[in-house]
Amino acid sequence: MPIGVVIFPGTNCDQDTFHVLKEVLEQDVRYVWHAETDLQDLNAVVLPGGFAHGDYLRAGAIARFSPVMDAVRQMAEAGKPVLGICNGFQVLLEAGLLPGAMRRNEGQRFVCQFVHVRVENGDSPFLRACLRGQVLRMPVAHGEGNYYADPETLAGLNASGRILLRYCTPDGTVDPVANPNGSVENIAGICSAAGNVMGLMPHPERCSEMILGSTDGRLLFESVVRSLTERRPL
Amino acid sequence: MATVPESQATLTLEQLRQLAYEWGLTPAEYDRILAGLGRQPTVTEVAMFSVEWCEHCGYPKSRNLLALLPRESPRVRTLVGSDSGGCYVADDLAVLFKVESHNHPSQVEPYQGAATGVGGIIRDIFTCGARPIASGNSLRFGPLEEPHARYLLDGVVRGIGGYGNCIGVPTVCGEVWFHPSYRSNCLVNAMAVGVARADQLISSVAAGPGNPVIYVGARTGRDGIGGCSVLASHEFGEGEEKRPTVQIGDPFTEKSLIEACLEAAASGHVVAMKDMGAAGVTCTTSEMAAAGDVGMRIELQRIPRREAGMEPWEVMMSESQERMLLVGGKESEQELIRIFQKWGLNAVVIGEVTDDGMLTILDHGRTVAHVSAAFLTSPPRYDMPAEEPAYLARTRAFDPASLPEREDYGAVLRQLLASPNIASKRWVWEQYDHTVQTNTVVLPGGDAAVLRLKERPPFGIAITMDGNSRYVYLDPYEGARLAVAEAARNLAAVGAEPAIVTDGLNFGSPDKPDRYWQFREAVRGLADACRALDVAVVSGNVSFYNESPEGPIHPTPIIGMLGVLPDVRCHATVAFNQDRAKILLVGGAADASSLGGSEYLAVTHGVEAGRPPRLDMDCERQVQVAVRRLIRAGLVATAHDCSDGGLAVALTECCIAGGRGAHVRLPHQPNAAALFGEAPSRILIAVEPDQEAAVIAALAEEGAPFALLGEVGGDRLVIEGALDLSVAELETTWESIIPRAMSR
Repeated sequence: MPIGVVIFPGTNCDQDTFHVLKEVLEQDVRYVWHAETDLQDLNAVVLPGGFAHGDYLRAGAIARFSPVMDAVRQMAEAGKPVLGICNGFQVLLEAGLLPGAMRRNEGQRFVCQFVHVRVENGDSPFLRACLRGQVLRMPVAHGEGNYYADPETLAGLNASGRILLRYCTPDGTVDPVANPNGSVENIAGICSAAGNVMGLMPHPERCSEMILGSTDGRLLFESVVRSLTERRPL
Repeated sequence: MATVPESQATLTLEQLRQLAYEWGLTPAEYDRILAGLGRQPTVTEVAMFSVEWCEHCGYPKSRNLLALLPRESPRVRTLVGSDSGGCYVADDLAVLFKVESHNHPSQVEPYQGAATGVGGIIRDIFTCGARPIASGNSLRFGPLEEPHARYLLDGVVRGIGGYGNCIGVPTVCGEVWFHPSYRSNCLVNAMAVGVARADQLISSVAAGPGNPVIYVGARTGRDGIGGCSVLASHEFGEGEEKRPTVQIGDPFTEKSLIEACLEAAASGHVVAMKDMGAAGVTCTTSEMAAAGDVGMRIELQRIPRREAGMEPWEVMMSESQERMLLVGGKESEQELIRIFQKWGLNAVVIGEVTDDGMLTILDHGRTVAHVSAAFLTSPPRYDMPAEEPAYLARTRAFDPASLPEREDYGAVLRQLLASPNIASKRWVWEQYDHTVQTNTVVLPGGDAAVLRLKERPPFGIAITMDGNSRYVYLDPYEGARLAVAEAARNLAAVGAEPAIVTDGLNFGSPDKPDRYWQFREAVRGLADACRALDVAVVSGNVSFYNESPEGPIHPTPIIGMLGVLPDVRCHATVAFNQDRAKILLVGGAADASSLGGSEYLAVTHGVEAGRPPRLDMDCERQVQVAVRRLIRAGLVATAHDCSDGGLAVALTECCIAGGRGAHVRLPHQPNAAALFGEAPSRILIAVEPDQEAAVIAALAEEGAPFALLGEVGGDRLVIEGALDLSVAELETTWESIIPRAMSR
């Protein structure tokens, strides 16, 4: 069964994500147009980065109403892996599949740079190929990556190991200087209560090949693939 | 047809003539139109001639000189189209690129001016059936200390990012330079690069009488009317309000348009396609028809409108963004319309190709224009009077050796690093998405960006933009040659072989003989240098009238250059990233003459004079060939062009990029010229110790001059007898200048 890569009008990382899944990980993969309503043929689905519907109003605010989102919700409920990268993360937040919200970057500017993130939970199906505490080097590129959740939600996320990645210094220290966007508690990635829905701001598809300067992103895709093939409970 | 029914019949002949002048036509041009038509024009026709014959579209004042530029190269098969040009990387894979200015709109409204500049140049790429894979930009502003310059820089950078980031095209290279001559006329030149399979290239040549003419994309509104003829083709006067002539961009529509147009191109149903850039419907219909020696019959009322009550001439002149014109194959309408509608875009058949060579524009059945497409697209050509500018006698007479030697070299280096022209531009390029599309192998901030070509591994391309306008000001011919040489050197320094050039020629008013002389000399220099380096000029843009009551800008030819890497894995960066690596300078030494027109003179002495450094093209070629060979052989992974600020600045940048120090001993007692002189044809390289012998042997074999300078290591930059400074402190200075200024 293939992995789906969703295209909303305005999505712009669909081909990059498709390329890594198909050419680097040699997976069965197909594009999913935002108007599709039946995703039962899919094993997992990725909502890639971009500016879905232009991100006018607020990132992801229009995309959440796309027909495909009901089918994505069903996949999430069925326990299949759903991964939102950057704009995909924003869409998952707007759709209520993940808790919290995204604000404009603290500096009010778009930021594109390589950052370091620390793996906070190596048991996640999305990070199975990593060790807890491992530092990954990945690029970010966004204007609205300043994650926010209220204190109660944050406490819940922390208590249940649902904060998966935090921005850190190259040596793994979670410090405000390593935070590119003002995100609360340096949060770069979280997952759902059941663990099978993940959103992250960094772009793993941009660092999955040596020629691009880092292969750390590949660990994330490999984790998903391993979860699918091992059929381990999510 | 003797007379055309006039839709705006209330104008007298004299009023019509006055209107033509208002829209930028000259009395002689208007008479030429009368003679060509054999009757009085309609208002719509006057509008069409005014945009099609303005410098921005028709190049009447530059065409004759542009003919000097080489369009072919002995080394690559080139493609020269009307919208962009390129070359073949492999038999069935082409890369295309083009640069375009959006100077006046950006000065008036920096965010939208820059954003629509990006949008326009991107459309010039995908209109050819090529997928845009990268963009770059070259920016010029007044001094950074001035609030208005910071306002413009901030708006322009946000505009470029706001548009480019949204459409998913990485902005991978560029340059920013500050000088008082740009105070009231900033420069925003945007470049875009695309890639296409040879069999998917689409031309802009209309063909096939009876074929449908299809309008796609955004609706037409009143924005940008006269943008090219009124705004771009005149200098800034005092206190003018030109904001209404600036267009507004919608990158989301553009992104959908990219995908839809490429899908349409791949469907095989597209005969021809053209971007509605400057002069919109007029430009596309007339130029596509003229190129194919056919006519077009257009039903104006079918064009989707953004606002009610637009006059036919307004529709014909509008520069609303994100619109394209397609000629489809017979009976292809439904399939093409389906593709565009899938992407949520308008797609409407507005007319058909005809065999009479005439552009017939109807509005609700009434003929509002009926004119030969060939005549409309054949503006007069002018050889303008040219005269050497008076200032040159003074600047040439200046001898840099007449100045006292500043011997506090460490302080001078810090001063240079703090000059906004040399300081790190990270603040700029981190606001641009430069990693989307996952092709960016060498990131911004080095000599040239390197991209892999996923379509044809292991091929790659390198792109750069250059143009030191101070040199061009001091000697337009030599300055233009130096710009071409530096662009090529930047490509050599990453391991690429230069192939094609796109030129952005930004000058003052061509109606003033001293400005036109600068233009003529610069074009001559550009042509000669391109021939000497075997690179072809495949596309470009001329922007005149860059002046204000304060005077003209420095003449600024921007050279966009693209080179090819047969194996993208073999490339170099500027970083000193190996301790104990040997540092060599390939190229000759800098003598006192290389301080002419230097940043050193400007920063430490406040002098902008002298002659630009001498360029020996034979030496330039030797140095480039040698360094490229070393990189391709895998012997060298660190290389950096010595340019603004000279050897000392180049060494500093290599140290900062690699987070390492260096210990250097110059062959002669250091002086300002050796440290800060800007002699061309020099590339700094670092070599692992066990490769040193092989590298030296290869350099000797190529006959390229070189000197062993020292070694990488430690955390200080030491130049014996001159300076000894902490790399971390130098980095702080270099990195903080622009962010600090912009947070003010």
